[in-house]
This record gives sequence, C-alpha cells and structure tokens, in this order.
Amino acid sequence: MKRSWMVFLLFFALLGFYGTGAAKEVELIGAGATFPYPLYSKMLDTYYQEHGIKINYQAIGSGGGIRQLTNKTVDFGGSDAIMSDKDLKEAGAPVLHIPTCAGAVVVTYNLGGDPQLKFTPDIIADIFLGKIKKWNDPRLTAINPEVKLAGTDITVVHRSDGSGTTAIFSSYLSKVSSEWKEKVGAGPSLNWPAGLGGKGNPGVAGLVKQTPGSFGYVELIYAFQNKMAYATIKNKKGNFIKPSIASTSLAADTALPEDMKVDLTDTDAAGGYPISGFTWILAYKEQDYAGRPEEKTKALVNLLWWMTHEGQKYAEPLHYAPLSKAAVGKAEKLIRSITYKGTSMMK
Amino acid sequence: MNRMAEISIHRRIMADKLFKALVIVLSLCSIVPMFLILFMIAKNGVSVIDWQFLSHLPKPVGEAGGGIANALWGTLLLIALSFVFSVPLGVFGGIFLAEYRGSKLAYLTRLSVGILQGIPSIVIGIIAYVWVVMPMGSFSALSGGVALGIMMLPVIVMATEETLKLVPDSLREASLALGVPYARTIMKVILPAGLSGILSGILLGIARVAGETAPLLFTAFGSPFMNLNILKPINNLPLTIFNYATSPYPDWHALAWGASFVLIAFVLGLNLITKLVTKRWKVQF
Amino acid sequence: MPAARSKIRLHYKWGVSEASFRKILYLAGLILLVLLVAILFSLVVAALPALRQFGFGFLIGKTWDPVRGEFGALAFLVGTLMSSFMALLISMVFSLPASIFLGEYFPHGKVSGFMKSVIELLAGIPSVIYGFWGLFLLVPVVRALETVLGVPPQGVGIFTASLVLAVMIIPYAASIGTEVIRLVPAGLKEAALSLGATRFEVIRKVVLPYASSGIFAGVLLALGRALGETMAVTMVIGNSNFLPTSIFSPGNTMASVIANEFTEATGNLYLASLIELALVLFIVTTVINILGKLIIHKMSTRK
Repeated sequence: MKRSWMVFLLFFALLGFYGTGAAKEVELIGAGATFPYPLYSKMLDTYYQEHGIKINYQAIGSGGGIRQLTNKTVDFGGSDAIMSDKDLKEAGAPVLHIPTCAGAVVVTYNLGGDPQLKFTPDIIADIFLGKIKKWNDPRLTAINPEVKLAGTDITVVHRSDGSGTTAIFSSYLSKVSSEWKEKVGAGPSLNWPAGLGGKGNPGVAGLVKQTPGSFGYVELIYAFQNKMAYATIKNKKGNFIKPSIASTSLAADTALPEDMKVDLTDTDAAGGYPISGFTWILAYKEQDYAGRPEEKTKALVNLLWWMTHEGQKYAEPLHYAPLSKAAVGKAEKLIRSITYKGTSMMK
Repeated sequence: MNRMAEISIHRRIMADKLFKALVIVLSLCSIVPMFLILFMIAKNGVSVIDWQFLSHLPKPVGEAGGGIANALWGTLLLIALSFVFSVPLGVFGGIFLAEYRGSKLAYLTRLSVGILQGIPSIVIGIIAYVWVVMPMGSFSALSGGVALGIMMLPVIVMATEETLKLVPDSLREASLALGVPYARTIMKVILPAGLSGILSGILLGIARVAGETAPLLFTAFGSPFMNLNILKPINNLPLTIFNYATSPYPDWHALAWGASFVLIAFVLGLNLITKLVTKRWKVQF
Repeated sequence: MPAARSKIRLHYKWGVSEASFRKILYLAGLILLVLLVAILFSLVVAALPALRQFGFGFLIGKTWDPVRGEFGALAFLVGTLMSSFMALLISMVFSLPASIFLGEYFPHGKVSGFMKSVIELLAGIPSVIYGFWGLFLLVPVVRALETVLGVPPQGVGIFTASLVLAVMIIPYAASIGTEVIRLVPAGLKEAALSLGATRFEVIRKVVLPYASSGIFAGVLLALGRALGETMAVTMVIGNSNFLPTSIFSPGNTMASVIANEFTEATGNLYLASLIELALVLFIVTTVINILGKLIIHKMSTRK
C-alpha cells in the first residue's frame, strides 16, 4: 500500500513540476473573433510548424476577445469590432488595434435552387427589423424579377454572442437606415428585433444551412466553404457588388488613420463591397503588466510581424483580402510602438 | 348474477387489461430514446474512429485528417485533477457524516452537500472562474479541475456516508475493544469494509464529470495543442463535441460523432465497471 | 510509570491520536459547509452591481440590451419555465407508466433489471450528447412538424428544447416514482384486491393516492434538474433574447444565456447581470431540491 501511495504522489509531483515551471517554451493564448478564424487557425498552425511556438487561439467572438483581454486572461484578443470608449476605460491602458486582413460580411440565405439574389440596403435593414416578413414581398421581387420567390416566411438568423461581425453589419445598417440606428444601433451585442441566434460565425452558418427560408449574415469564407448562396448588394454609388477579395480590397483602399481604427462599411469606392471590415489583433501597448515576462512580448511582436508580412499569403486562398501596402505600413508602425517597460520591442 | 353486474365486471376487466397494456407500451417508449441515441452514435461514430483519429491533433478549419488526441488526454487530466480535489475531502466528509450522525454540524453539512449536488453545473463554472481564473489571470486545466471537483464532491460524500452507515457498529466496537486506535479502526477496518460502495461512488462521480461541458466553457477554455500542463488551457472531449457539432462543416460533424462514441463508451464502461465492483467487492454482513 | 507511557508513540500507519483524527473529520465536515456558504457569498458579491442597479425589476424587465446597459431577465425566466414545465408534462407521460411498470407489475426479475439498467444509462448520458442528438434528430423532425402546422419551419425553439429536456429527466422522475410505489404497504393493496378490485383499480385508488406526494417529489427533483440544464438546451433552443410568443418560438433559458454570453460580457454591469441570473438559478433549484427531499423524507418516515 505504501509504495503505491508513493508512486501516486510522485506522479502528481511530476505533474505539478512539469506544470508550473519546467516547460520553458513560450506559449501565447489569444481569444476572440470568429470572423478571421479560418485564416488564423491556418496561420497559427503554420507558424507553429515553422517556428515551434504554440499559439492557442479560441474563437469565442469579438466580445469575448475584448473581455478576456481586459481581464488580462489572454495575451492578445481578436476583434472586428473597434473597442468602444467604455471598453478602453475598463481596460485601463492603451490597446493597439493591429489589422491582419479585411473581410466581407455577406448576407446568405437558404432558398431552393440557391438563386443569386440582389438586395438594396433598405431591404436588408427592414428584413432584420422584422418589417419584411416573406420572401415574395413586392420589394424583393421588384429587384429580382428573374427569380421566382415563394411566399415562405423569412427566418432571420443573427449572432447569439458578442460579435465583431455583428458590429460591422450593424454599423452598416445604422448608416443606411435611420430606423435601424434609432431602434437597434450598432455594436457587438444587440437587442435584435427578430430571429434565431447562432453562436459564432459557424453557428449562424450552420443554422442558415439547415433552416429553409432563413436569412443571415456571415463572413464570406463561411458561406463559401459551406457552398451557401450569398447576395449581391447595392453600394453607395448605386452599383450592385458581389462580395469578393477584389471588392473588399477596393473598400479597404481608403484613408487609413494612424491607429487603424477605421470602419469600412458603406464605402465610397465605386466597385467596393459595402459591408467590408478590417479585423484586428488587440494588444496592450505597454506589455509590462501582470508580471508578464519579456519573452512573451518578444514572441507576440514577432508573431504580429509575421502575420502582417509572411502570413499574408494565406489570406487570398481563404478569400480574405490581404492588407494593402499602406495598411502594412501602418501596422508596422503600430507593432513598433509596442513597448516593454518603455522600450520598443522591435526596431 | 344479473346482466348489469356482468357487463360492469366485464368492463372493469377490460379496463384493467387496457391499462396494463398502456403502461407497458409507454414504459417501453420511455427507453426508446436511449436506443435511438446509441444507435445514431454507433452508426455515425464507428466509421470515424481509427488510429489517426485517436492519435492526431485537430487540424485547421477546412483541412481533413484531424483527430482528438488532445481532447482525450485533456479529459483524462481533468478527471485526475477533479479526483485530487474531491476524493480526500469527500471521503473524510462522508466518514464525518457517518460517525457524527446526530450532531448539529453533521445535519448542516448533510444539508449543504444535498444543496451542492443540485447546483447547476454552469453556476459552478462561474464560481471556478471567479475563484481560480480571475486571480490566476489565465484559463487553465486547474480551474476546470476545481469546477469538476466541486461537482464530484457531493457524489462521493453521499456514497461514502451511505456505505459506512451499512457497516454494523459491532465491527467498530470489536476493533476498538481489541485496542486498535480510533483512527486506525476507521481507516483500516471500517473503510475497507465499505470500499465497494465508496469506489462505486467515485466511479459514478467520474462518469458524471467526464461528460460535463458547461463548467469548462470558461475555465479550461480549449486548445488546439496537446497540453499536460495544469496551468494552461486544455482541450477536452465534451467541449470538442460541442464545438464541432454546432459548426457547419460536415467533416467536423463526423469528428463530433466519433468523439461522442468515445465519450459514451467511456461513460457506459464506467457504469458497467461500477456494477461489477459492487457485485464482487461488496462485503456482506 | 504513567509519565513514560504517555510518551509512547505508536509508530505505524494512522497512528495519530484519536483527538487529532476527530479534528480532521470535523474539519472535513466544516469545509463542506463553508464551501456552500462561500459559493453563495461569491455569487451575491459578484452580482451586487446588478442587484443594486435593477433591484427587483430585474426579474420582470423585458429588455436584455447590452448596448444600452438595460438588463431584464423576464425573457429568460419565461423561457426557462416554459421549457421546463413542458418537459415535465411530456416526461410524465412516460415516467409515470415506467414507475408503475417497475413498481407494480414487474418489481423483480430479468425484465425489471433490464428496464432499470436502461433507465440508469439514460441518466448517465452526457448533456452535450443529448444536445448533439437533439440537433441532428429532433430538429429536423420538429421542422417537419412545423411545416405541417404552418408555423415557420425553424426547427429550433422552445418546443424542441422541451423535448430534449423531457428525455433527459425521465430517469429522475421514474426512479423516485418506482421507489415510492414500492413503499406502498402490501397490506393495503391486498385488502383492496380481496374486496374484488382489479389491478387497475388498486393502482388508481390505492397505490397512486398513497404515493402521490412521493411522485410529486420526484417531479420536483426532475424539475430542478431541468431548470439547470445548459448544454442540451443551448444547442436547440434558438438563442433569442426575446420574450417567446409561442411554444415554437426561439427563446433562451437562464442557463443557456449565461453559457452564450459569459466569456464576452464587456462591462461590469453586464457580467454582474449574468451572475445575478446564476444566483436566481441557484436559489430556485435549491428551493425545489430541498422541497423535494423534504417530501421524500416525510414519506419514508411516515410508515
């Protein structure tokens, strides 16, 4: 009996020892947006293969990314929603928004035959407001004359969690519909007037895919990978634009502020897709907090550099728009401004 | 017997037969879901399980060939942690309740354990977040272990108490009369006599927490890597099933079926072992 | 030599003194009690910002709006109560017959053993697997039903959640029901039979009334379980934070909304509101569980 207790204790001692300090390789933890998750999971897996550093990114939604970064339980957050002043105040210290790519929020639907539908901004807003309830509503049939739309109910699908995709989408809707702006507003978590909630982009995609007559919004790659139909939308200049790398890049080709906190929706570009958005990695500017070791900051900075340079080649195959030269330039400046105890980590 | 009485008796007998038939049919219906579930899992899950599935790590979105190796080890590690947190305290708590049956503290403790058992698992997850994740500043297997440990505690306490209550006082008195000190009497005489019950309590507790997801959502957090470090986030089977099942990708659905198969086999296996343990090791008085 | 004897230490395992061992036992009991109190305390403290801000209005507030910082739990209370009560009704249709089956008609033997094992196994299936099964089997079925009924064919919703919950709580109500039906004194039953009653009449007029409070307790405990169920519900309920308008509407339960929104609750008020939901859940399930246990205790000591 005594010997088995000793073995037992030894096992746990080893566990504790191995667990608490022996493992010296740096690992990073990140959490946040599902919008870029397919790209990040590819990037981070490749980074691990090439550089041996494990980065654990959990796609729990942009709201989650912001929250966990504020709680300092993760090393970086992922978000397609810009942190509000309230969020920044809670974080207590400056948080950098480093862009990694741009993507398109598409409206996707489940109709027999997967017809290619056109939408105008006011129609989208009214559907999500619950005012347009059936697929054969005259406004829909008017702009889609060549498609036979049945009288089925429209089942709206939105996000049940705090989402940057929602932030981008609702920012767009607030710009094109004053009723939306007044009734619902913009942000990662909304008081939706109607519909079902799905968790994460995958959740919404899953619901739309399985529910006939449904109508939801997801990042382009989710609709694409699941062979779901998505709409062409009329942009500000009056052109009907199909979401794609090209149209997203056109929307992203706008004046970029130094902090890269820019909203790309309802773009002025003639060929630009109206519901585009950047997605960012959020990190504290001054990395000496909560006893973080310097190696972690170095690792983070190297990762961010890689993601905005070599990692960009993984964006296009996954239908994300890679950062333009100007955007990369701004990102470099932001990365260089990350400091540890006041000294920049990258010259 | 007049005609009216005959008809009425006949009616009552028919009603009796009908009732029995109804009871049998509805009772059988109540167990149909279990077979449906097992059947679906077996059908969809068996084809997914192969060595690669069990030994590989998950792959990035959209790439084929992922596996659940880290989830398997993660679940085992979490079980080990919850064992550490709940078994010593639980067993001693059960001994206390059995030994001090009438005392006021025992009454309150028994009440508390009963209440603890009924607490929804998501509430326990929040507690673990507030007590472990926030002070630690990071998600970790440790916090997941704490949550699962709190959930296992009542099961072990109650199983220990029930088993020890069944051990006759004469055994204890005989041991004490022979001069064996109190502590040794309890630990080396009484406890082994009730070992089968305590062990089955532990196994049932493990079976219960192995499938818990809610408390791990914001404690263990999940990870695409293999991890045995208790201070870091960790993947586990139920979380994997949840993430893959609610995704839109068919190959992730297939992985979820496979993972469900493994999980159910584990849980049902534990239940079976518990039955064997109770049968074989039970000390008859 | 008394002095020397008191210095003799018995050097073998568990050679601690009785006093210290008893202290350890006492400590274990105390820790368990303190644990519960600490949990309650932590929940209250963490929920304080919301408690102070909304007071009682939290429970009747219809709006759950994170953007404007307005948090009212009514939609979740209704969702929780609707799904749990419907689940109870549906499950009773099956658990009551199962209790009668095992308690009256087949109390011993192979059939009884088989049924009991299967029901036990039902209780052992993890919640997430129920949710997974519900998502892939029940949702399409409900969707077909909704198409037939002319309701929007969403598939997910409160009705689907009730179905999954019903299956999950059958074992709890059934096993307690079986126990209390077995407890009915044979003398009573035999008296009725000897007066010429059919089996059905004995069950209807003697057994069930006698066991009714115990069956009710089983129902309460099953309710307690249903109220706190998270994973299976969140996978099939539709996750809408709006007051449900029909049984087929999407909705949300308290447990499900906590699971959805906890990791991302930005702002202390949001987090505190979610924790207040957890507190409400805690109190409600505790009260129901204690009530159920009291009734069973009274029943088993009644004879």
